[in-house]
Amino acid sequence: MLLTITTTRYPATDLGYLLHKHPAKVQTIPFAAGDAHIFYPEATEEKCTAALLLDIDPVKLARKSGPGGNDFALEAYVNDRPYVASSFMSAAIAQAYSTAMNGRCKDKPEVVDEALPLEINLSSLPVSGGEQLLRNIFEPLGYEVSLQPAILDTQFPEWGSSRYFQVSLKNTIPLKTLLSQLYILIPVCDNNKHYFVGDHELEKLMEKGQGWLDGHPLKELITRRYLKHIGTLTQQALDILTREEGTPEEAKPAQEKVRLHDVRLQAVRDILLEHGVTAVADMGCGEGKLLRLLKDNSQFKRILGMDVSFRSLQIAAGKLKLERQPESQKDRITLIHGSLTYKDKRLSGYEAATLVEVIEHLDPPRLAALEKVVFECTRPPMVIITTVNAEYNIKYEALTAGAFRHSDHRFEWTRAEFEAWAGRIAAQFRYSVTFRPLGDYDETVGAPSQLALFKTSAS
Amino acid sequence: MARRNKLSHISIPELSLVMLIGPSGSGKSTFARKFFKSTEIVSSDACRAIVSDDENNQSASKDAFELAHYMTAKRLKNGLLTVIDATNVQHESRRDWIRLAREYHVLPIAIVLNMPEQVCTTRNAGRTDRQLKSHVVPQQLSQLKRGLRGLREEGFRQVFELRSEEDVAQLESIIRTPLYNNKKEEHGPFDIIGDVHGCYDELCTLLEKLGYSIDKEQGHLISAPQTTNDAGYTRTRRPVFVGDLVDRGPASPQVLRLVMNMVQNGQALCVPGNHDAKLLRWLNGKQVQLRHGLEATVTQLATETPEFLESVKTFLDGLISHYVLDDGKLVVAHAGLKENMQGRGSGAVREFCLYGETTGETDEFGLPVRYNWALEYKGKAMVVYGHTPVPEARWLNNTIDIDTGCVFGASLTALRYPERELVAVPALQQYAVPARPIGYNENSSLDVAQQYDGLLDIEDFTGRNILSTRYSHNVTIREENSIAALEAMSRFAINPKWLIYLPPTMSPAETSQREGLLEYPEEGFKYFREAGVSKVICEEKHMGSRAVVIVCKDEAAALRRFGIEGEGNGVVYTRTGRSFFADKALEQEFIGRVNDALQQSGFYEQFRTDWVCLDAELMPWSAKAQALLQQQYAAVGAAALQSLPAVTAALEQAVQNNVPAQALLEKYNSRMQQVTGYVAAYRQYCWPVDKLEGYRLAPFHIMATEGATYFDKDHEWHMSVISEICKADEKLLQATTSQVVDLNDAAAVASAVSWWETLTGKGGEGMVIKPYTFLSSNDKGLIQPAVKIRGKEYLRIIYGPEYDAPENLQRLRSRALASKRSLAMREFSLGLEALERFVNKEPLQSVHQCVFGILALESEPVDPRL
Repeated sequence: MLLTITTTRYPATDLGYLLHKHPAKVQTIPFAAGDAHIFYPEATEEKCTAALLLDIDPVKLARKSGPGGNDFALEAYVNDRPYVASSFMSAAIAQAYSTAMNGRCKDKPEVVDEALPLEINLSSLPVSGGEQLLRNIFEPLGYEVSLQPAILDTQFPEWGSSRYFQVSLKNTIPLKTLLSQLYILIPVCDNNKHYFVGDHELEKLMEKGQGWLDGHPLKELITRRYLKHIGTLTQQALDILTREEGTPEEAKPAQEKVRLHDVRLQAVRDILLEHGVTAVADMGCGEGKLLRLLKDNSQFKRILGMDVSFRSLQIAAGKLKLERQPESQKDRITLIHGSLTYKDKRLSGYEAATLVEVIEHLDPPRLAALEKVVFECTRPPMVIITTVNAEYNIKYEALTAGAFRHSDHRFEWTRAEFEAWAGRIAAQFRYSVTFRPLGDYDETVGAPSQLALFKTSAS
Repeated sequence: MARRNKLSHISIPELSLVMLIGPSGSGKSTFARKFFKSTEIVSSDACRAIVSDDENNQSASKDAFELAHYMTAKRLKNGLLTVIDATNVQHESRRDWIRLAREYHVLPIAIVLNMPEQVCTTRNAGRTDRQLKSHVVPQQLSQLKRGLRGLREEGFRQVFELRSEEDVAQLESIIRTPLYNNKKEEHGPFDIIGDVHGCYDELCTLLEKLGYSIDKEQGHLISAPQTTNDAGYTRTRRPVFVGDLVDRGPASPQVLRLVMNMVQNGQALCVPGNHDAKLLRWLNGKQVQLRHGLEATVTQLATETPEFLESVKTFLDGLISHYVLDDGKLVVAHAGLKENMQGRGSGAVREFCLYGETTGETDEFGLPVRYNWALEYKGKAMVVYGHTPVPEARWLNNTIDIDTGCVFGASLTALRYPERELVAVPALQQYAVPARPIGYNENSSLDVAQQYDGLLDIEDFTGRNILSTRYSHNVTIREENSIAALEAMSRFAINPKWLIYLPPTMSPAETSQREGLLEYPEEGFKYFREAGVSKVICEEKHMGSRAVVIVCKDEAAALRRFGIEGEGNGVVYTRTGRSFFADKALEQEFIGRVNDALQQSGFYEQFRTDWVCLDAELMPWSAKAQALLQQQYAAVGAAALQSLPAVTAALEQAVQNNVPAQALLEKYNSRMQQVTGYVAAYRQYCWPVDKLEGYRLAPFHIMATEGATYFDKDHEWHMSVISEICKADEKLLQATTSQVVDLNDAAAVASAVSWWETLTGKGGEGMVIKPYTFLSSNDKGLIQPAVKIRGKEYLRIIYGPEYDAPENLQRLRSRALASKRSLAMREFSLGLEALERFVNKEPLQSVHQCVFGILALESEPVDPRL
């Protein structure tokens, strides 16, 4: 919330001319979420410090924001924004110091392009990525960085430190460059923006980044974070529910090849093709990847996609372009909102059911319901179930021992566990079952994923 | 043969499909309007008009017919008499209607307007809107006459023919008679008795056990027991027999004699079983195989008089397939009855009542595989039946099979209604061997209901749903909220068998106008005073998370009552139905501690139960919300405490240098204070836990135990029962402090206010004000069950650290409570409804609908700060 800029270049009070702000006054400039105050704690010819103080109005801030993607319903009200340097600070810089940032100074034009010894202090800067990232961002630009992390709560030292740093940066550069860099880099450190990113943001980035961004080793990260998109396709009702106790974000280990999922889907499609299946129900279709694969093959005459996530279904519908289907294709693909723990007549009448990486998202006690829904109530002639192979996890270095590949996984099975489960299902519901590995096979731990193919005697 | 009617009255069944048959101009529409309500008439002309804007447009007939068919189907499904106003002179056009009537088990009735040609043509000539060709009416009349004879054969149950305008004029009214199966005005009490199969001794013993006195020699009832109902009226009980009186057993004639006597004297009711029907066919001289025990009956009847045989014949012939009793709340049929057949009349209904339905397969014993209709039964009426012997009479979706195989050596069972108590006597011996072992295929330790209950049908939960609640209005669940609930329930909630209740949200009191405050007790008292409540209870609001705790005495009780196996003997879940403890072992340890306390305090004996559902607060909040506290609350505090000192230092320096920043400095100094208060506020919620060490549970309501809810008890009762339990484990369990306040007693009110000030002054969360009685209502309906008054410091973690700065508070005061209150009310009544349904042993699906509904309501957007 406080940004101070200090110079010791004689006469230091030139800073006042450059910033276009009088050292003896307190100036207040209103901006979107409150006021920005500019004052000088110290202004002598030896040393001059200009302070930009954000006075964010928390009530106004809360009223402006709608429901966000955060997992905390009170986020808008109990909020760090009034106390930190964030994109609000960038907005205040642009507002309060625009002349300086644009390199105009009618009283002392010769100082504009001069590299000045400058020290800036940010009272609290949120950094997503920690000290290392902070250094990696500023040091390549010639800054001397010193910082002080804030611990979360002195009464609970075991909670560790926060993502906030009191930051001091020293450099000898023109003031306009310094301001431009802060303008871009403060929200990049925070990795958050208070406003929706529009087309003109790209232009701003190009303009303010001129001369320094191109050669920056973290150029890609800076660009990505600066243009960070905040999803707008949130459904209010769903958000209120899912965020209450936290829906974890996808956290796939980097080593898991993107290809693995395609391998699974192709294997499933090939089995369906091989068995002459024409009507298939994909239970837990997610965003419809398998559906899209099946859609392109004319052998499949009727395709049903079912998922518990309404939002995934909407995305699937968009990707499948269901709205723009020709009349003849209209009834070929159906998407329904449903759940594998509820019996559902709409699932009946298909030759095969596929459950690709679905079962591990259910709490083990709920599997009994899924078994009955799929194998007893729906009872398709063929069922294909895939799930991860827990044994393979040791091949993922990023994964700590015992951790799951996805934070929403409720369990991960070894091959023996999966085969025991599937074997019991087959016996109980009178199916035959065969297994196959999916993905790169390792002699010791098997393949990353595993598949069970169930068939009734009739099929 | 059509019945020519010269009478002034004709009578038809109250639920029938009445087809008017007559040529154009025969006066059908006029006739229909005269004798039927306009909503009962489906007219082909009107349908033609709807689909084509022209009621005479013959090219629209196909669409018009489909529309008429659709409307009629909807009406018949809903049990409404319907009149088809169309010419219907051709056999083919009638055929479709008869098929429809059969589909809905409704009796088709024909009323033929066989008017002289002259009448029709004159009428048609008088019409300006329609010009018929001259051949039309004669052609229609001749078609009509050709079909007249065969109407009964086509399937019409009754045919009335009117041949002249005089006939029509003479007819004054059409009387609607209830179906024979409709005995809704009979309210019982009943003792419904399972398949007797000639076991006369056992029957007499059972009747005596039920309190009847029988003259066993003569086969007469001497006296029947009496019961005083809830309204205070004393009523004589009556047996209702589910049929299969005869065959296999030793004394079928005696059973018949007793039952016939009782039924004829109006002392009992009886529906026929398949064995009774077969005996009737034999008595009527039909070709019947003497098997399956009929041979025994025939031998036993050989010594009876022809008069007796004749009276048996009359008796059996007069039996009605099933009865709908007690305002439609009870249905008795031999093999049970699906909802869409109840109170209907058709051959199919009778077949179902006698034999049930089969899947078309046969089992390894060569017997047809019975289709278990009860698995999918969702009707409101309780269905009591027999037919298939079962090892034990058990409830399944509000149905019960009470044939416990007496003749096979097991027992003869009666169900007392409305008490829902089972009374049984053992068989004296085994008289026959069943072709298929009793209870074949039922080898699970869960009973049938629980096995199948685990599978909820998505149909009952998706889309828009309207739920009726016994304590308040109907609650509507909107489709978008159902969608959200389905996902939340499927992905995050615990086993639905445990979820018998979800607690309602709670609204704060009206906003206080006092300086520096947003909430203050006086608004809460005012709210209840204005609602007509004179006595309230103030309870300390704990600083934890809302938790529902279900504890069973042992795992056997969890299995028996909740149908849950291998998930321990209890559960702790949050207000959105998620498991409270991520660590299952810790949860069970916790449940074990509560269970010990319940055992030690004698709770189970006192309430004659082996389980309990408690509504409680579980502390500390940090145990559940660790991530939230660290990532959000502590983070905001850390950032503020890092930033603010730098700001004030800079401002102080500026002030020293004579910059006019004094006002700003003061502002930021007070911000510093507010943030310090905020940090202190959230810290109140944090204390470390190690295993169970550090956890505190403060129950505040005893929600339910076996067979009982406690909504009729006042809060002092709840508090005192709970404090007894707490004494048994004061380390884990915590009684809630409270004060009862007479709202007309100014001193008591003042003392409660100062209590709140003390509580919140120490950093407490505040208090909850509830009407003294659990359920309170006024002429507008139920009153809020509770309002909360939160402390000034606590509200910092809700409204933000600086909420109480005067410029902020002023704006925050404009908050709207109406939607929060409405939500609280709906969730409250659904929560109670869910528990009542569970306690009354309603099927899981009906309990789950309420719980699902609460979760759905929780997705309605409401200001989270309220």
